Amino acid sequence: MIVPLEHVIALSLALFSIGVLGVLFRRNAITIFMSIELMLNAVNLSLVGFSRYYDSVDGQIFVFLVMTLAAAEVAVGLAIIIALYRNRQTVNIDEINLMKN
Amino acid sequence: MSLSLIFYIAAFIAVVSAIFVVLNKNAVYSAILLVLCFFSLALIYLLLEAYFLAVLEIFIYAGAIMVLFLFVVMLLNLGREKALPHFMRLQRSLSLMLVILFFFGVSLIMLSGTGDLHQPTTKFSEGSVYSLGEALFTKFLLPFEVASLLLLVALIGTVYLAKKKI
Repeated sequence: MIVPLEHVIALSLALFSIGVLGVLFRRNAITIFMSIELMLNAVNLSLVGFSRYYDSVDGQIFVFLVMTLAAAEVAVGLAIIIALYRNRQTVNIDEINLMKN
Repeated sequence: MSLSLIFYIAAFIAVVSAIFVVLNKNAVYSAILLVLCFFSLALIYLLLEAYFLAVLEIFIYAGAIMVLFLFVVMLLNLGREKALPHFMRLQRSLSLMLVILFFFGVSLIMLSGTGDLHQPTTKFSEGSVYSLGEALFTKFLLPFEVASLLLLVALIGTVYLAKKKI
């Protein structure tokens, strides 16, 4: 490996933390979705690093499946956001409180 | 070694662009910066000798997913995000504290590990399209089929959600 595995995991951890921060900080549903993509990518990175470290292809298969999941999730999620915008004229998650009270 | 230098540069670009994705108020800039982040991640995959996944990263994430994001952002024509109401400030500082706690907690676990994770440079036999495809169609055939089912369900769900009246 060209770098120690710790450095790959540290990068993955940093990206994941930034993604969590984005989900907790932002009020815009689309930006929250982007942060979720960031977290999925952080997990992918650590899987690739471990796959390289253990010299096994299994981790890369997991990454392949996670990418499939991410594509499906984005398609459905953005469709939900568009439907929401059509009904409420906003994507601000503070104003979307249909099920509250 | 120059290859590890490229890794650190790509890692730096990925982290900085990720931070700006989160901090930027304009969703279009966030999307563009996220593409930059994905490209540097693809470079890191190349350095970790996952060649097929590097190509997939660019095709699926930087290509398909980000085009979808940009399309929705421009379709909805969103302005800048509104300022937070006052009671949200506490929540924001609390969430920042939680994330920092998480970061240092996991770092601590990683640093307190016993084994030395540094592996001497060995010949890596996996990562090519051939070995990936072989594993996908023999050992992981069922997950592969389930993934196709998942895509079908997502397709049907999206078509249903895109109807005029739901």
